[in-house]
Amino acid sequence: MSLRQGTRRIRINKAWEPSRCLSGSQTPRIPFGWQECRSVASTASAERVLFPGALNSKFTNTLKFLRPSANEAISTYRVMDQSGAVIDKEAGVDTEDEEALELYRNMVCLSIMDLLMFEAQRQGRLSFYMVSAGEEGISIGSASVLSPADVVFCQYRETGVYMQRGFTLDQFMNQLFANSKDIGLGRNMPVHYGSSELNIHTISSTLATQIPHAAGAAYALKLQNQQQPEVPPRITVCYFGEGAASEGDFHAALNIAATRQVPAIFICRNNGYAISTPTSDQYRGDGIASRGAGYGMDTLRVDGNDIFAVRRATKEARRLALENGGKPVLIEMMAYRVGHHSTSDDSFAYRQKVEVEDWKRRDNPLTRLRKWLESRNIWDEAKERELRSRLRKEILVAFDKAEKEKKPGIKHAFEGVWEDITEEQKMHIEELTDILQRYPKEYDIEQHEGGLASLLELVKTDKK
Amino acid sequence: MAAKTPSIRALSRYLLRPQTSLHSCCQHRTQRKPYSAAAGARLNGTVEYDTTSLLHHTSRSALANPELPADVRKGQTKRINLYTAVNEALRHALQTDERVLVFGEDIQFGGVFRCTMNLAADFGTERVFNTPLSEQGLVGFAIGAASEGMRPVAEIQFADYVFPAFDQIVNEAAKYRYRSGTTGVHCGGLVIRMPTGVVGHGALYHSQSPEALFAHTPGLRVVIPRSPTQAKGLLLSAIRTNDPVIFMEPKVLYRAAVEQVPVDAYHLPLDKAEVLKTGKDVTIVSYGTPLYTCSASIEAAEKDFGCSAELIDLRTIYPWDRETVLKSVKKTGRAIVVHESMMNAGVGAEVAATIQERAFLRLEAPVKRVTGWATHTGLIFEKFIIPDVTRVYDAIKKTIDY
Ligand SMILES: Cc1ncc(C[n+]2csc(CCOP(=O)(O)OP(=O)(O)O)c2C)c(N)n1
Ligand SMILES: [Mg+2]
Repeated sequence: MSLRQGTRRIRINKAWEPSRCLSGSQTPRIPFGWQECRSVASTASAERVLFPGALNSKFTNTLKFLRPSANEAISTYRVMDQSGAVIDKEAGVDTEDEEALELYRNMVCLSIMDLLMFEAQRQGRLSFYMVSAGEEGISIGSASVLSPADVVFCQYRETGVYMQRGFTLDQFMNQLFANSKDIGLGRNMPVHYGSSELNIHTISSTLATQIPHAAGAAYALKLQNQQQPEVPPRITVCYFGEGAASEGDFHAALNIAATRQVPAIFICRNNGYAISTPTSDQYRGDGIASRGAGYGMDTLRVDGNDIFAVRRATKEARRLALENGGKPVLIEMMAYRVGHHSTSDDSFAYRQKVEVEDWKRRDNPLTRLRKWLESRNIWDEAKERELRSRLRKEILVAFDKAEKEKKPGIKHAFEGVWEDITEEQKMHIEELTDILQRYPKEYDIEQHEGGLASLLELVKTDKK
Repeated sequence: MAAKTPSIRALSRYLLRPQTSLHSCCQHRTQRKPYSAAAGARLNGTVEYDTTSLLHHTSRSALANPELPADVRKGQTKRINLYTAVNEALRHALQTDERVLVFGEDIQFGGVFRCTMNLAADFGTERVFNTPLSEQGLVGFAIGAASEGMRPVAEIQFADYVFPAFDQIVNEAAKYRYRSGTTGVHCGGLVIRMPTGVVGHGALYHSQSPEALFAHTPGLRVVIPRSPTQAKGLLLSAIRTNDPVIFMEPKVLYRAAVEQVPVDAYHLPLDKAEVLKTGKDVTIVSYGTPLYTCSASIEAAEKDFGCSAELIDLRTIYPWDRETVLKSVKKTGRAIVVHESMMNAGVGAEVAATIQERAFLRLEAPVKRVTGWATHTGLIFEKFIIPDVTRVYDAIKKTIDY
């Protein structure tokens, strides 16, 4: 056999002996680097070949290409069926009634806020909005089992993560109206929330860029977990769409996360569409879950309409992610994007209305949980009506308040680019100030907190 | 969207109460005015696409264009907007050259800006197709197709999202011919289209104009059309040239800029700036959307202080037409460069340096740059960051009074 010459064979069980192949920092379960194993000898009778790039591969004389399409699709984990009935009574739902009620209230709140803000955008009250319809269970369910100290990276359709972690209605509205109380200082498009208090990094519109960030942040946490054993260990959680998973950043992120064994959960929301592009134009493998194996990652596919399944999957993934100092886990949460991509999109230009209506009728994370709550006699129509009316009022109060606030001070246009205002920026600010002073009627500076003083203050305080 | 329950309708009514602040509508359907100017404004907010002299409002003016071939000038015109002009150019290219391919994210249903409407249906998904969501992948794919003799027109959904493909563009597309030496292999025929510029509410990632980054790369051609007529003729030339082209379409103009456009196909030069208006006292050099700002500023300035300004559209940002610019500046003795992207190392720096080197003794004032400031395009601050009519007006005044 031609392979024999260039390749050293070994008995596979020998290769896995820690003393021979593993560097000190690695645990026996972690695959080792090929350099360290070069010197391992093999015997003539070995059934496996130890190529440095595939350490546990058996010889075969059958010429057979892998044909993934011939495999059974990866199965989808669920806890309850579509009527809200729990499938494995013994395992249960792992959720207290009161907790389930809170999850339900948050999902309803999110869906009402979405409807209202979508409508408000249509009326020209804000510039942009994106709804989570059909994916409320994924964001709220997964967030509900994380530690508040875990670090989260989002794409943009994870408003439920913010809500579940405690982002207030006022905070949402301030961001959406880009007013002076917006944590993001009016710089970002609506729905690009961020909160250091809640350990969620600010959203960037650029798809998939947050996935390698999550890997790197998880590596930081891995080291910090080691360095501070008295502090409860933390992980990062990264959300992204199945469309974003086509970006190079996704692949780079999973690969580096695996090689550095970082404590991270990568949660793909597979909602069937990337704007107009259906998954059939996006990929040809078995969804995003099939990629996990390629990177040597523990992977699970979950029914995103089943909030209990989402919770249990995420909880177990968190446990795995912290095992042996850390390892990445991939979860593909299945859903259907019920809403338009955003307020800029009319999805009926590329999909049938009946398709959407069918999906809405067939399954939905809210109705599923509601059915379960009703089956436990802790929810009914009267409670539903009372909840909806209360939430609507609360949202509208926040809406009204936020819309009336002033816009952020103009200094925030220049601050934060570099740590300090630069000489060049100072020249620009002075030139702008001069224009604003000489042409006061051309600009609405009084809408902005502090008016012109905001800019002047910037140049002055910086000069000191 | 989910069907509206009666209670939501009630809320909609609540929301419908008259309110003061009205933002422009939505990201992709850009409106006429990117933002509402201050109530008492006299200069800002005066860009009128319906009457601007930069667009051909009559068939006769459209056909008077001396750059059009004689037979096209004898033909018909049609009133269309810029995205339709792009569509017509792509349609013509697909129809007349089987090497032409059109692809990108979401282009099969027409693209988020409607530039590729009906092309997949009419030419088939072999040649007009959706790509997976990966800019580096789709641009690399386009380079490969071009290197084997096709003429791919790849769309990047927003110029802000071209950066994953930066390596492919700068290290591959731009260097292909050079590194191939006598093998003669190149990726000419490749066009990378992308919507660019501000629309009033695009914030950090739907506003950028990264032309200067590409203009810093030998081997690329960088083109920015100002109008439907220009878009059609320049895009056809971009597809025909044997150099890779970065074709940046000012997205606010997709719908706002409407004019009479020749129905027949025609090609516009990729190496010529165009003097849009002649004048004696100052030369204003710009491209894309800010040309409309400049035009409104010139109108106000000429009325207010009786000056006379010359307006030049660079059209091709790189390689660019130095001769036309220098000739004008040598005549007027003053120059202003206007663009949206920030000043430092921007196109204005190159234009100003060239003027300084080659027309120094004719200058009566320093070359003035009116550009974006050294910052990002914060959502609510766009109107303070991007050059407006007031800033260009003031620059004219100061340059003339210098
Ligand atoms: C790098 C980059 N390319 C393109 C876009 C434009 N874009 C915004 S959202 C989107 C689709 C994303 O789909 P998916 O990841 O499936 O998320 P979903 O919207 O379905 O939640 C596209 C193409 C972008 N924001 N960033
Ligand atoms: Mg999706």
